[in-house]
Amino acid sequence: MMSATRRAGTAVAAALIATLTACGGSSTSQQPTEEQTSAAPGSVDLRMTVWTSNEEQLALFQSIADDYRADHPEIGSITFESLPFEDYNSTLTTQIAGGNAPDLAWMGDLSKDLIQSSALVPLTETLEATEGWDYGDLVGSVTAEFSQDGELYAYPFSNSPFALYVNTDLLAQAGQTLDPAALTWEQVNQVGAAVNAATGKAGFVVRDFDYSAWNMLGTVWPGWGAAAWNEDGTECTFDSDEMVQAFEFLHTAAFVDGSMPGPGTTVDFFAGDSAFTVAQVSRAALLDGSFGYEVYPLPSGPAGDYSVIGQAGVGVLTSSDHVQEATDFLAFMTNPENARLLAQFFPPPRESLLTGEQLAEVNTKLTAEQLQAVVVDQLPGAVTLPNHTNPAEIAQKGKAALDALWTQDADVAAVLSEVCTAIEPLLR
Amino acid sequence: MSSRRRDALAGYLFIAPQVVGVVVFVLVPVGLAIYYSLNDWNIFTGEMTFNGGAHYSELAADPQLPRVLGSTAVFAGGVVVLNLTLGLLLAVLLNRRLPGVTVFRTIFFSPVVVSVVAWTLVWGFLLQDNGGVNGLLEVVGIDGPNWLVQGPTAMGGVVFTQVIRSVGINMVLFLAALQGVPGQLYEAARIDGASSWTIFVRITLPLISPTLLLTGIITIVGALQAFAQIAVLTQGGPGISTTVLVYYVFQTAFEFNDIGYGSALALVLLSFVLILTMVQWQLRRKWVFHES
Repeated sequence: MMSATRRAGTAVAAALIATLTACGGSSTSQQPTEEQTSAAPGSVDLRMTVWTSNEEQLALFQSIADDYRADHPEIGSITFESLPFEDYNSTLTTQIAGGNAPDLAWMGDLSKDLIQSSALVPLTETLEATEGWDYGDLVGSVTAEFSQDGELYAYPFSNSPFALYVNTDLLAQAGQTLDPAALTWEQVNQVGAAVNAATGKAGFVVRDFDYSAWNMLGTVWPGWGAAAWNEDGTECTFDSDEMVQAFEFLHTAAFVDGSMPGPGTTVDFFAGDSAFTVAQVSRAALLDGSFGYEVYPLPSGPAGDYSVIGQAGVGVLTSSDHVQEATDFLAFMTNPENARLLAQFFPPPRESLLTGEQLAEVNTKLTAEQLQAVVVDQLPGAVTLPNHTNPAEIAQKGKAALDALWTQDADVAAVLSEVCTAIEPLLR
Repeated sequence: MSSRRRDALAGYLFIAPQVVGVVVFVLVPVGLAIYYSLNDWNIFTGEMTFNGGAHYSELAADPQLPRVLGSTAVFAGGVVVLNLTLGLLLAVLLNRRLPGVTVFRTIFFSPVVVSVVAWTLVWGFLLQDNGGVNGLLEVVGIDGPNWLVQGPTAMGGVVFTQVIRSVGINMVLFLAALQGVPGQLYEAARIDGASSWTIFVRITLPLISPTLLLTGIITIVGALQAFAQIAVLTQGGPGISTTVLVYYVFQTAFEFNDIGYGSALALVLLSFVLILTMVQWQLRRKWVFHES
């Protein structure tokens, strides 16, 4: 096996060579214009990195790409490179560093770094100028995450609100009922504890948290009016009273009430292992009908109702040799007609597509009423998961400090103060 | 061309592929790592700025580094001691002509050929709070710990996973060495009334010392390079209690995108491996039998 030192060395060697090559290439890149491309037929190959490996989704992308190629002879090929979700950011950044950046890329929490480094092509002017694209159709609340100074840098193709999934069979077994109209976290905790006591199954699970990805708890703490940092991202607010109360709730749920499974335990709601889970609406595809379920908006907390969305965007890299063609393809891929096709997999950012009935036409798991309640009604006021430049280091430093919280006798306020000590230097 | 020059040319041609490999895959990357460690590299913009060795000053000021080095020492020390001890013990036990001994040798060696990631994933499940290990402990009335989420047991868990996966290779090397010890030496010792322990210490160990040196070097270098076990089992946690140097290099360079400081850390690791190997190589004169 090649040593890690060698591996890292080899990677950086390849990166340098490729970067030098790319420097030459990028100098020829131009901002997109409304002019038609002057590229020779078949001379432009575009590549987009994505983190999905879902064959149906990839087939849809390819069919949109084929439609585009039919009218654009300069495009030789459009490929969609599927990268593993877990390593997506590090693979993409390694590609960028190595001068092998894609022309277009999906992005999640890497967006702020990319925007701040001017690595993304501004899109607003092009999209507004594209005939029939209808820029005004975009919902304002979903473009903020990918915008800076009023300029959009990535199209928010997926805007999936987090919702509370309920295993109604487990609740029935435990003799529990819920009033969805007045659902609170305290109720979820009580019912979860009762289900755990009666059936041995878990109460509630925040999906993908796994006592590691603490940013997923950003689906819970807004209920207490808490946030990880202030609005401009310069000051840690993990040690606020609201956050302490939110984490005291979670700690009690895990170590006193038993409604949330403790660390080191694998629980999958979609395999029937728990009564509740907080997950994105797009996860409804995992429901296989093996148990009865309901989907509700997130429960309210002491601070009232709130909604949270998880977003993904797609943008054009400035390092592309074909910025103009890539931007033009992005405009085509996200026009109203294709946005409607994409909506069968990803909740769209377009107001015209955001009705329960329309979403239900392409969603077989949830009813129009459910989709209206958990998607359409939630998007306008939704907040996003915590996002900042340098997300990986903030996540790791925060996790290292937060690990001390997940023991029976942890001092919640002291641990959260340590979290601020750990991440404050990274907030700027 | 003279015969002597022809022989020399043939020799150079034979070693050429290896030399090219070392230059391309070791020396050039190490040189580049040195270059990167002296620069700040913004990977998003491609901008490279010479910083005059600031990353080496950063090494001294990094509050996490002492703990990372401590974890690295505990992990490597634990793996080396357990691996060599267990490997030698298994080799001695299985160096007998008994029915079924080949089956046991195969069983103990088989983890070596299993993918390290697959092996680690399986043990990740087994070491969960509600996993197979605690299930077995429960059968005998023991309430097992939550192995991978508590500092001491997490380190124990990754050491254990590494040792039982790799002990087979040392066992095979020790077996080969044991079978090379002349039988008449044991016979003479027994006639002289030596105990089994004395025979082991005075005859077996000295005669297999070259293999001990080899396995020692291989195991230390392997332990310092262990990455997948940490990445899969604990991601360096809880806290940073299982963050070893290789994993810290990976995090810094490829997750935090700080290639410059990551390169400086990688060179620290390279220095450790070189120094430890050289120390062992020098010490061989004192304790390795058959070495001139």
